Amino acid sequence: MKIAILLKQVPVKDAQLKVNGDGTWIDESDVTFEINESDHYGLEEALRLKEKHGGEVVVVSMGPERTKEAIKQALAKGADRAIYINDDGVRSADPVINAKILAAALKPENFDLVLSGLQSDDLGHGQTGVIVAELLGMAHATIVMETDVKDGKIKVKRELESGWFQYVEIPLPAMLTIQSGLNQIRYATIKGIMAAKRKEIKEVTPADLGLDAAELQSPGVKLHKMYVPVKTKETVILEGDPKEIVSQLVEKLKNEAKVI
Amino acid sequence: MAEGILVIIENNGEQVNRLAWEALTGAQTFAAEVGQPVYAAVPGKSVASLAEEVAGKKLDKVYVLEDDKLQNYTPDGYTAALKQLIDSVQPAYVFFGHSYQVRDYAPKLATVCERPMLSDVIGYRMENGKPVFVRQMFSGKFSADFTFEGEAPYFVSFQAGTFNADELQDGKADVETFSLDLSGVEIRTEVLDIFQGVKKEVDLSKAEVIVSAGRGLKEKDNLKLVFDLAEALGGEVAASRPVCDDGWLPVDRQIGSSGQTVAPKLYLAVGISGAIQHVVGMKGSKYIVAINKDPHAPIFEIADVGVVADLFEVVPELTKAIKEAKAA
Ligand SMILES: Cc1cc2nc3c(=O)[nH]c(=O)nc-3n(C[C@H](O)[C@H](O)[C@H](O)COP(=O)(O)OP(=O)(O)OC[C@H]3O[C@@H](n4cnc5c(N)ncnc54)[C@H](O)[C@@H]3O)c2cc1C
Ligand SMILES: Nc1ncnc2c1ncn2[C@@H]1O[C@H](COP(=O)(O)O)[C@@H](O)[C@H]1O
Repeated sequence: MKIAILLKQVPVKDAQLKVNGDGTWIDESDVTFEINESDHYGLEEALRLKEKHGGEVVVVSMGPERTKEAIKQALAKGADRAIYINDDGVRSADPVINAKILAAALKPENFDLVLSGLQSDDLGHGQTGVIVAELLGMAHATIVMETDVKDGKIKVKRELESGWFQYVEIPLPAMLTIQSGLNQIRYATIKGIMAAKRKEIKEVTPADLGLDAAELQSPGVKLHKMYVPVKTKETVILEGDPKEIVSQLVEKLKNEAKVI
Repeated sequence: MAEGILVIIENNGEQVNRLAWEALTGAQTFAAEVGQPVYAAVPGKSVASLAEEVAGKKLDKVYVLEDDKLQNYTPDGYTAALKQLIDSVQPAYVFFGHSYQVRDYAPKLATVCERPMLSDVIGYRMENGKPVFVRQMFSGKFSADFTFEGEAPYFVSFQAGTFNADELQDGKADVETFSLDLSGVEIRTEVLDIFQGVKKEVDLSKAEVIVSAGRGLKEKDNLKLVFDLAEALGGEVAASRPVCDDGWLPVDRQIGSSGQTVAPKLYLAVGISGAIQHVVGMKGSKYIVAINKDPHAPIFEIADVGVVADLFEVVPELTKAIKEAKAA
């Protein structure tokens, strides 16, 4: 089975982020990046499907130069090769533009299965996988918690709201968006890290993929300004010496929360 | 010209999803500001009575979209049906509640309409007669202003709680059966089974005090800190999703959109960032205390008391102090 995993690199979970000068993105200096959480689970699922059914796992990733670090990590875990799309000059907050570029990279490869994360931790549209599926004419399923491939079809368990689940079956080729927690993610081994050095990372630009520059430059949605959210509640902030914090907090638990 | 706000009324054949009522509430306010009519679409197999219920709200028209192929929700069926309606009605906006079902098909619907969608929107405001939509970014660390460019229709899904369905205005609308033709539509998804996950061993909804553990605890062994604190307070332990994903705690202790919803007297969040999917499960708590080392963690936006500190320093001290206070 030929499997693609769409992998995005995002700031580490507990990075303390600042908005950049023109207010349209974060200031990336001094920020550490990692593989987007649900993509990481998607990668693991791709590797497990390959181990079971044979075939290959191809990482498809778009972003600035730093993205290659995430790609190398995925290759070290066992992905076979990668397509890296350098998005310098076309970076966009529009999910359609991003999906179009990713779909253009996927199309000529004719994958049996394309996996993505459910949602990116930076833009957070939760749309890219579904749009890619539509652009490639593939059936799709979202928020997937379990996969089972047989006879040209894939049966998946989808998470629904409030503790409900659903089994659905769709024909291959298919696209799935993966929810975190469906498997246990492996660590890269030293051997894997060494082997990754010899694996192919094919670097392309959106122009190489035959995409029209004008189209990529006129988004359907535009991000104007990013800012620290406006507080809706009066929060009493306690900071400083732990002992002092604790004595103030205990008073509040006694007199305000009334639980002591 | 494209005009009107079309609200998609998600339902299971018996009930309208709460998020759809919220989206309709939003559409009523929005419509008043832009001076446009509100329409609703009710898809399903036999949804006439649901459509009547919707028609009792203040809006201009309710479209019934009935077909055998819409009995079970599938992305192919819903996309094809709603595309036909949108082509015919030509609304300026299409509003949804940001539910799991909407996550599943709305981006596809927008794509077949060759238009973009703004998902998980938390509010809007008018600027020079044009709406600016606000979304969260970086897992709630920032808000961001977005606008639509180019031609309508504009697709928008709203996060749970953006509008208050209790403010829905009543009225009397016409109901029209929209004639669909889904004969040529192939439904690729076979729906096999819908079921409830593992039976809950703990019912956290009854707990008066909940101490909730997040990924800030770093590893499973450190959970002892929250168990000790919960014991001192006589409460239950709960967790954010990653803690359950990693198998540190069973999933029946997970709070949030894919876990339990709780509203205890005290919710004490330890090392939890406050992502919206967590917050929806606990924001109804009477008193919220959050311990987090990041002063900008989104959890502080909804906390009554925010403790900006290293949990490994504060939590053991707190446990000790509570025990002493109780003994006194
Ligand atoms: C469809 C969907 C459904 C979801 N459902 C749920 C759900 O039901 N429940 C849920 O919880 N999540 C859910 N999520 C995931 C959610 O988006 C977040 O990823 C998750 O809630 C983050 O958990 P966390 O706060 O524990 O971890 P993180 O976001 O990693 O936050 C850890 C926090 O700990 C702090 N910290 C680190 N070290 C320390 C220290 N030493 N002292 C003090 N603070 C420290 C950090 O500053 C950080 O704020 C869902 C996501 C999606 C897309
Ligand atoms: N630049 C990118 N490169 C590779 N994959 C991406 C990229 N952007 C989004 N994706 C994939 O699409 C998923 C959903 O992203 P989003 O729609 O932004 O929430 C992510 O979890 C990734 O799997």
